[in-house]
Amino acid sequence: MKLLIKGGTLISPDQKKMFITDVLVADGKIAAFGDNLEMDGAVIIDAGGKLVLPGLIDLHVHLREPGFEDSETIATGTMAAARGGFTSLACMPNTNPVADNSTVISFILNKARREGKVNVFPIGAITAGSKGEELAEMAYLKEAGAVAFSDDGRCVSNAAVMYRAMQYAAMINMPVIAHCEDTRLSAQGAMHEGYYSTLLGLKGIPAAAEEVIVARDLILAKEAGCRLHIAHVSTAGSVQLIRQAKSNGLKVTAEATPHHFTLTDRAVTGFDTSTKVNPPLRTLEDVNAVRQGLRDGTIDVIATDHAPHAQEKKEVEYDNAPFGISGLETAVGLVWTELVNAGILSPLEAIEKMTANPARILNIAKGILAKGADADLTIIDPARTEKVDPARFVSKGRNTPFAGRTLTGVPILTIVGGKIVLEYTGQE
Amino acid sequence: MIQKKNLIGLEHIDTPEIELILDTAVAMKEIVFRPVRKVPALRGRTITNLFYEPSTRTRTSFELAAKFLNADVINISSSASSVVKGESLKDTVRTLEAMGTDVVIIRHPMAGAADLVAGWIGATIVNAGDGAHEHPTQGLLDLFTVREKKGTLEGLKIVITGDILHSRVARSDIWGFLKMGARVSVCGPATLLPAGIERTGVAVYCSIDEAIKDADVIIMLRIQMERQKAGLFPSLREYARLFGLNRERLSLAKKDALVMHPGPMNRGIEISGEVADGLQSVINEQVTNGVAVRMAVLYLLIGGGDA
Repeated sequence: MKLLIKGGTLISPDQKKMFITDVLVADGKIAAFGDNLEMDGAVIIDAGGKLVLPGLIDLHVHLREPGFEDSETIATGTMAAARGGFTSLACMPNTNPVADNSTVISFILNKARREGKVNVFPIGAITAGSKGEELAEMAYLKEAGAVAFSDDGRCVSNAAVMYRAMQYAAMINMPVIAHCEDTRLSAQGAMHEGYYSTLLGLKGIPAAAEEVIVARDLILAKEAGCRLHIAHVSTAGSVQLIRQAKSNGLKVTAEATPHHFTLTDRAVTGFDTSTKVNPPLRTLEDVNAVRQGLRDGTIDVIATDHAPHAQEKKEVEYDNAPFGISGLETAVGLVWTELVNAGILSPLEAIEKMTANPARILNIAKGILAKGADADLTIIDPARTEKVDPARFVSKGRNTPFAGRTLTGVPILTIVGGKIVLEYTGQE
Repeated sequence: MIQKKNLIGLEHIDTPEIELILDTAVAMKEIVFRPVRKVPALRGRTITNLFYEPSTRTRTSFELAAKFLNADVINISSSASSVVKGESLKDTVRTLEAMGTDVVIIRHPMAGAADLVAGWIGATIVNAGDGAHEHPTQGLLDLFTVREKKGTLEGLKIVITGDILHSRVARSDIWGFLKMGARVSVCGPATLLPAGIERTGVAVYCSIDEAIKDADVIIMLRIQMERQKAGLFPSLREYARLFGLNRERLSLAKKDALVMHPGPMNRGIEISGEVADGLQSVINEQVTNGVAVRMAVLYLLIGGGDA
């Protein structure tokens, strides 16, 4: 199948510019760029007034399969990704069984090939069972197709174990993605520790619970010579630690989620369990620091930390609710509304953080718009405005704190390997 | 009548509504002291006490309040219900609603339970304490007790001492007293003072001697033994020494200062027996007033009309 995308504005992270041109897709690859391209038999896509991007990459997704198929499956999660404009995603290993061995990695890759709508890049566990005690078989995981290591959802609490893991990952040239949380400091906490946790009587998770481990892991990564990626940065202190480490030349990268650059802990008022997320929603000062970190390049990546949960699991007491926000289908709208239209990031900077930067961290040949590259493309309508309606989510997880919020910027076409996997015509 | 359908907390209730409840409680207290303590205000109404935590005082107080107003009362405790079979809170309260209960009075160990239940069902919800969030009827009975003794709350100096971090009583008292024009101080060890508490408008102390200087009212909170095990303070002995209310300390307050405690007390720890039973103590009157205040709350929420 050939596709001819006409009149769109390309955002090219590799050329670092935006320009209007046609794109020809043939045999799953980008075949040509140029003005007024013609091709017999090609499906014509009118992209006038729309943005044509390298397919978006979400570096931080929980697909829940195997083990938690009531919350999400590889089929529904990748469909939600396509709906959100993502053509590739990296999935976290906290499944059941944990992706700490090559069998689980192979299962995910096989299932994704058969049922997946988008490219799936599995992340292997750092430690066996993500228990933080013994190292997982990292080289086997890499051989099976893992692109990074993480015990996400859990912190590797033992500094010696984390240090060895970093040394070993560096040996096989793989990045380590750190979930930074001192679980003694955060123990049983349900939200950020501050004024609002005091008002609500919920146990707080102090900013220090994140920051002490960010500091620890930066020190360990320097010693180990490891490529460290800090997941879901949520506090001003973490942003500052990472900024300082980068200025000292450390090979560290970091990500922020749309909810952490949009919402504050005030959103927990009323005990809506869809606001319960780990790390928790922080203060306005933290949100502003995360935005500043995105702007000045301290934070390289925007990732969703898509954490879907079956509805009944969230319809419980706040303390009993699981952490997590279903994020794939609101990401583009939040990036455009909260960052691009707010003047924090240019469209090019925003797209770099969702394409080229995560691709570089994961060392995958994605995230570029070049002749001969895989034809993974996303078209978004930057002018369209829609209200978030979780009932219309493709994901099984309707757990979003953004229900009812009006967002500008809607993904309308998702192309993976030269095939249209999702065409969105809009709410009635 | 008060405008709201539910009583979840004192943070989101208006001052005139608090005044209406306190004024109504004056009339209700008169009923409590009648030889025949029964008025037909809530005849035919069904009130369910749904208690997920052990409680004698609050549950009995609500039960008596409902019975004095002639409502039918059902008591459910989590240990003797389908909760032990793993039923969710949502399913439990929806079942109660389907059976036609008019009011659910809920006590729950987790903050926000009453808010959530109010969103799930149409029955009137009264919060009887949710985690460390709020205990509005305790707050109201504290306001009532002080107003009865002092005539007004305006300008009084109220000091709340103890485990502020885990106390729903402290939170409801803070909102209630501030709304009624009193000045409020909180006092406790640094590890039991919650983050940002000063933003509510209270003064914060770690020295009880400084805090209670010229106080009109001293509210002592129960210290729970497990807080020491959790490493929040070194020992009960040291806690009592630094934060316990005894006769010498009480003399730093105004001569006519009231001593209050929501109960149950740890005598000899947060409060000496001598002070608890002394002339300035109104701890037993708080209990009596609790019934009157809860009658007022129930009446104002679902009474009236043809009653």
